[in-house]
Order: sequence, then C-alpha cells, then structure tokens
Amino acid sequence: MISLNVNGKKYKVDVPDDVMLLWVLRDHLKLTGTKYSCGIGECGSCTVHINGIAERSCTIPVGQVKGKKITTIEGLPDNHPVKKAWIQEQVPQCGYCQPGVIMQVAALISQKPTPTADQIISKMDDVICRCGTYLRIKKGIQTAVQIVRKEGKRA
Amino acid sequence: MKTTISRRSFLKITGLTIAVSVTPFGYTILNATEKKDLKTFNPNVWLHITSDNKVTIYIGNSEMGQGVLTAQSMIIADELEADWKQIKIKQAPAADALKSPILGAQITVGSASMRGFYEPLRKAGAAGKTMLVKAAAETWNVPESECKAELGTVKHEKSKRSLTYGQLCEKAAKFQVPQDPLLKNESEFRYMGKPMPRVDVPEKVRGKAVYGLDVNDGNVKELKGMLYAVIARPPAYGAKPQSFDQKAAEQVKGVVKVMEIPMGIAVCATSTEVALKGKDALKVQWDKGTHPDMDNAYIEKLMMADLDKQGAKVHEAGDVKKALSEAAKKVEATYYIPCVAHATMEPMNCTAWVQADRCDVWSPNQNQTACKGMAAGITKLPPEKIHIHTTFLGCGLGRRAFTNFVPEAVIISKALEKPVKVMWTREDDIKHDRFRAPMTHRIQGGLDAQGQLIGWSHKTSAISIWKPVNPKAIKEGVDYYCLMGLWNEPDSPMWNDRIQYEIPNLYIEFLMADLPIPCWPWRAVQNGPNAYAIECFIDELAHAAGKDPLEFRLQNLKNNKRATRVLQTVAEKAGWGKPIPKGQGRGIAQHACFGTWTAQVVDLSVDKDTGKIKVHKVVAAVDCGPVVNPGPLVEQIEGGNIMALSTALMEEVKFAKGGVATSNFDNYPVIRMSEVPEIEVHIVKSTDKIGGIGELGIPAVAPAVANAVFNATGVRIRRIPLTPKVVMDAMKKA
Repeated sequence: MISLNVNGKKYKVDVPDDVMLLWVLRDHLKLTGTKYSCGIGECGSCTVHINGIAERSCTIPVGQVKGKKITTIEGLPDNHPVKKAWIQEQVPQCGYCQPGVIMQVAALISQKPTPTADQIISKMDDVICRCGTYLRIKKGIQTAVQIVRKEGKRA
Repeated sequence: MKTTISRRSFLKITGLTIAVSVTPFGYTILNATEKKDLKTFNPNVWLHITSDNKVTIYIGNSEMGQGVLTAQSMIIADELEADWKQIKIKQAPAADALKSPILGAQITVGSASMRGFYEPLRKAGAAGKTMLVKAAAETWNVPESECKAELGTVKHEKSKRSLTYGQLCEKAAKFQVPQDPLLKNESEFRYMGKPMPRVDVPEKVRGKAVYGLDVNDGNVKELKGMLYAVIARPPAYGAKPQSFDQKAAEQVKGVVKVMEIPMGIAVCATSTEVALKGKDALKVQWDKGTHPDMDNAYIEKLMMADLDKQGAKVHEAGDVKKALSEAAKKVEATYYIPCVAHATMEPMNCTAWVQADRCDVWSPNQNQTACKGMAAGITKLPPEKIHIHTTFLGCGLGRRAFTNFVPEAVIISKALEKPVKVMWTREDDIKHDRFRAPMTHRIQGGLDAQGQLIGWSHKTSAISIWKPVNPKAIKEGVDYYCLMGLWNEPDSPMWNDRIQYEIPNLYIEFLMADLPIPCWPWRAVQNGPNAYAIECFIDELAHAAGKDPLEFRLQNLKNNKRATRVLQTVAEKAGWGKPIPKGQGRGIAQHACFGTWTAQVVDLSVDKDTGKIKVHKVVAAVDCGPVVNPGPLVEQIEGGNIMALSTALMEEVKFAKGGVATSNFDNYPVIRMSEVPEIEVHIVKSTDKIGGIGELGIPAVAPAVANAVFNATGVRIRRIPLTPKVVMDAMKKA
C-alpha cells in the first residue's frame, strides 16, 4: 500500500512502487484531468505539481512521491488566476493538453510572478499543443500575471 | 440530399421539439407528433423546449476544439430568439438522420459543420419561434403580427402581456411546423457574427471535460468492472506474429486475458499500467512484412519515378502541348511532400461494452455513422441497439473519422463479456496512423512574350486515400481526394477545391503510388500538398516573367473575385511592396477550399550558417462568407497556421524496414512556442455562401514559407519540411 497526498486528500493505493504516477492518478484515483499523451515526458500533458514544482507524472514512479504534496488540475482552485485567465482569453481548443499547460504556467508564475518573455518560452517549450494555441497561451499568461497583481497575492 | 425539419417527442418530457432531418428529397417541414412522420423522418439536430423554460440543443457534430457546440447552438438560439442563458447544449447520439446534408454521413470533416447546417439550423430555430408566437397569439386571441418574440418571451405590446417559451411550449407543440419560416435579416442577428465564449472552455480549463481516454467507471457508472487493454501491433506493414509469450504476459499480476485479434495481440488487465507491463512481457516476434526494404528513400524514389509514367487524365482544357511549345518562356519544377502524422494529443482509444441486447461505445470520434456501422457489423445487433457516446476529442485533424479504434474494443468486449477500454500508446498512434498522403508533382508552365501564363501541365503521384477503403470512389484511375485543391468535380461538396488561376491551356494527370502506407485525410486533406506545389510554382513563374509575385497572381486570377480580394487584403495588411528589414524574406500564397478563400504573407529570416528558418510574422486573410462566431474563426486560422508552419519546418514521418520508424514526439518534432511567430488574421467581409474554417489555416502557409525562403536566399526548395539541413544543402548546391 502506498500512501499519497493528492489535492490535500490522503489516499492509499495498492500498486507497486514502479508504477508511473500518471496511471495511479488516472486509473486508481479516477483523477482523469491529468492526461496521457506521450508517456516519455516530452509533451507535458501529464504535468502535475509535486511540492509546488511542475513535473511530468508519466515518468515519475509513484514510489518516489510518497509523502509529497501532489496537486493535479482538479486541485488547482477554480478561482486560480491561471484558470480565470484561461477562460477569459479562451485559450483551449481541443483542450486535451491544457491541464498540463495550466499546471506548467501555475508553477511558473508562482515562482516568477512577472516572468520575462524568455523565461516564459524556456518553460513553455516543454509543452506541446497540437491545436496550436501557443499565442493564446502567451496571452493567457499575461492575463494571469495581471490577475495575480490585481488580487495582490501570489498564485 | 436535402434537410427536413420535423417535430417529435424525442424525450419523454412535455414540450416542443423541433428536428431537422436529412432526406434524399426536399426540404419538407412536418409535424412530427403525428405517428406516421416518426417513421418517415429521422431527427438530425434537435431543439427541445420544456416547461421549465429551458431550451436543450442536441449537436450531432463532434467537438474537437473548433467550437461547433457553441456555433451551431448560436444559430438555433438566434433564430429561435432564445435567451442564451436558457440554452443547454448536449452532444447528440449517433443516428442516421444526424447525417450532414452535404456529406451524407454523421461525420465532422471537410470543414462542413457550418456549410452543411447553417441553413437547416436557422430554419429549425425560426420554425420554433414561429410556433411559439402562434401559441401566444391564440392564447391572447390577438393577431400573430402584434406579437413579438424576444429573448425567450413572446410579448404583446398593446396589452403589455407576455409569456415565456416555457409557458408556451406545450401549446406550441400542437401546431404544424411551418414549412418555410421567416428568417431574420442579418441586422436582426442577436448572437451570430458577435463573439460568444465557447461553452466547452470552462470544463476543459477545470480538468473536468471527459475525453475518450478519460471514460472509466468513475464517470460512467455502468462501466463497473471494466478492463483496460493495449494491443501489441505489427512493426512493419503486413507483418504477422511468429511467436509470443502468452504465459509470461498472463503471469503479470492483474492481467486478465491475452487474446489474438486481427489487429494484433490484445492484453486486457485491471488497469492501464498492468496492461502495458503485460504487453512488454509478450516479447512478440514478427515476420518481416510485405515491404522489408521500404524506407524514406525507397518511397521518394518510387514516387519520383511515377512522374515518368503515363497516368490517368484528370482534366484537359485547351491544348497545353501547343501552348507550351509556343511559349516565350517555359518553366519546369518537381516537388516532393512527405508523409506527416496526425499525432493528436489524445491518442486513439475506444471503450466498448457489448451485452446480449445492446452495445455501447464511448469514443472520441469524428464519424458516428462509421462507429455505429462497425459496432453493428461485429455484434450483429440491430442499429437501434448500438449506442454511440461521443466524448470530447483530444484533437481530431481528420484522424478520428477513420474509426478503426472501434472494432478492436467491440471485439474484445464481446469476447470477454465485460466493458473494455482499448488505449493506443503514443507509439501505436504514430506508427499505426494513416498519414497525410505523400505527393510528388511535376509542373510545366509556359509564359507568352508579355509574361502572361498561357499553359500549365501538371502531373502528380500520391498514395491513394480511398483505394484501400472504398475502391468504388476511384473514378477512371483518379482519386479526387488526392487532388483536393488542384482539381475537383464541380458537384462535389469540395466544389472550390481547385486551382484558382484562369489558365487557358491546362492539363492534369494523376498516378497512384503503389505503396503499402495507409493514408487518410489530415487537416485540409491534400489541399496542403497541392497548394504547396501550385503556389510555389506560381512564384517561380512570376519570377520567370520578371513580375512581382502578388501582381502576377492577380493578373492570372483574372475574374476570380474572392481570391483577388483575399490577396489584396493580405497584401495591404502585411505592407506588401514596402521595404522589409535587411536579411529577411517575404513570401505570399493563396488557396481556396471547402467553400472559403484564404491568403497568407510570411516574413522570415534564414540563418546562412545553420540553415535555420526563423518565421517572424504571418498575416492571413480569409473570406468564408457569413461569420457565426468570430473568436473561434480566428483561433482556427491561427492554430491552422501554426500547424502548417510545423509541417513546413519540421514534420516528416520516417520509415525503415517496411514499417514506421517514427514513434513519439522525441523523434517526431512538432512546433513549440519558441518557433511560433506573431500571427494576424483578417476576416474579409462577405455575403457569399457560408464556407468552412477548420482546415483553412493550413494550405497557403507552407508555400508562403518556401516563397519567403526564396526571397531571402534566392534558393528554391521544392520540398518540405524545410529543416536546417534541407535548407543548408540547398544553399550549398545553389
């Protein structure tokens, strides 16, 4: 039995240590907001936060995250600045990659509340959006940064 | 095929239901509460008004990010004069009558959701409004002309009375549905033409949207006890398994069943990771397949050699041989466009549950008609026992209209008598994709002494899209799907997918490449590769004529008003003819397809030391006739332009040993944020027939890039992708 802390809730899961966190989240905890796409950490659709850091859940064995604080798209509050910005800017098209994209952005602006263009690109080049929403993602990030500033608290 | 509006009690709720249905005959609108009509007319798109004052709209097209749920609902809501707040939108099931009036199937392809449904949906909404107004007029015993529908309420100004649609729906349901309801004038549109936030966005942002791969016993209660399956698939075309270790796979804890099916060896387990582990344990040995020597060089060589053979005549006007022999200047060029993969972010998948008396299929698909047919074929259940549940699609790109993910799930579920989800790994998804058909083109063009285009002879070879699927669609050796954008039949739903220039002497010939690679429409189908050849060649001709590429295009478009207008718009917005920064190149291209006209101008620079292209800006102009929801329209062009840049700069499927060597995003690079330029989209206002949008961002971009590379370097590169190596090699050779 592995004990996990996901979105502030405690879970016990009967899986071997080497199972990737992605499958535990999706199949065992039924948290399907985190997506499978490449399985090799190339596309970012499976991005979650582990102790606040954006990580690829498809390449992280669940044994490595015991006792760590895991946050998935479902655990990011609905009034989170990034989620608000994403709706305001109508960022998603098919939307499949967006939970991962949103988690990547949320981690970025929590560490760098006013990221430079280069910082944005260097982080966001880790994610793929096949619909090509990249320009909307950029716009969404700017809007999220403004929301954070206006609300006067860190994301 | 025409559409019909009818009414029937689709749901067992009292209220007014209007349906649009497709029949091979006329546009008849009928009262569907009469039993006989239930049999005669099958519902297509429904609007259901209930006494709780809610309007439920059922959409038969698939939502893959193009915003069809929102846009089609806007059309109905507008003509119905409903309040957007009272609208509920639902994905409809599969039904024969949900077929597209122009495509003949319930299928979301060909940028046809608006083209096919704009008029029927307007009529469906207007018919509902007319009946509600009549119900109010009768209630108050006043003339209908004194009643006015506004935002879900019918008002009688004189007596200051009003009734909501909810209050009126039961009475309205008793009337005949009007045959030809009065439609609004454009100036009366409440929703159409104005930006409406997409209804699917909030749940997608919250991670709550259910895609096919997300279907499980947590969100679909009936799936309790479901199994998760993956399939070991052949690594080469035509390869058969020689041996595999079934026992080793079955010994993996959680593996429930290993079974050989026509698609490969399926491993069914209690969760995905167990199924994957079981598949690894199979250690399948495959034979070499049918084409063990096939790799990229083999494909290109074969398709280039095709161009020296006699093909099937597609089109002939004038005397091209004579024109070319009399030309003051002759230009010839050969182009190659390789296979590209769909690589949708959500890999193919399907969940099926076959029971004795029903079969349920949950899938992200673009073709409900095919899903239903396949499931019925395997289960032998009558169509009404097959239930197709279309989930959100993690991108479509045409791939999900080929529903080969359905039979395998149905076969396994039927055999195991359990609900089963079959997931394709990313490697399965790319290696077993049906790619955009590769093409070679050889074009000869002739100019007269004034530099006017007088002759165009075009020979092209492609892997046939239809031959393996529907050989009857091949007409006298011609697969018109391969020719989309070059030539098409005038009665085709792709009526304007053809060369736009007015060329007095034009000859087109087609060859079918004999290769085992399965191909299928990929966003914009062959409009992409055909536009590449046409628009690069036109640029070469302009250069040979000593004319500006824009001016030369306009000259040869002659009376083609819509192509002319988009070109003029894009040129003006991009500042065509004005100086650009030193070292940069600028290219232009236009293309028409799916009832819409587009043009793009691309600005870029080429690193002379590395061959790397940096695209700075794309300016696009589009004329698609009436605009329903302008936001998603711009998103589609932007996204399409970005995807097209990806094909222009980096995408190419690699083959080796008779199979697909490309397997995942590490060896199939696609465009990421750092390579995405600024994009400007301009909508050209037009009152012409409504055209498509979803695929229109693709065709003109790659040729505009190649033309800009020529402008920057003086080098013509007659292939894509324009990788740094391809560009360097071309520059060295020049």
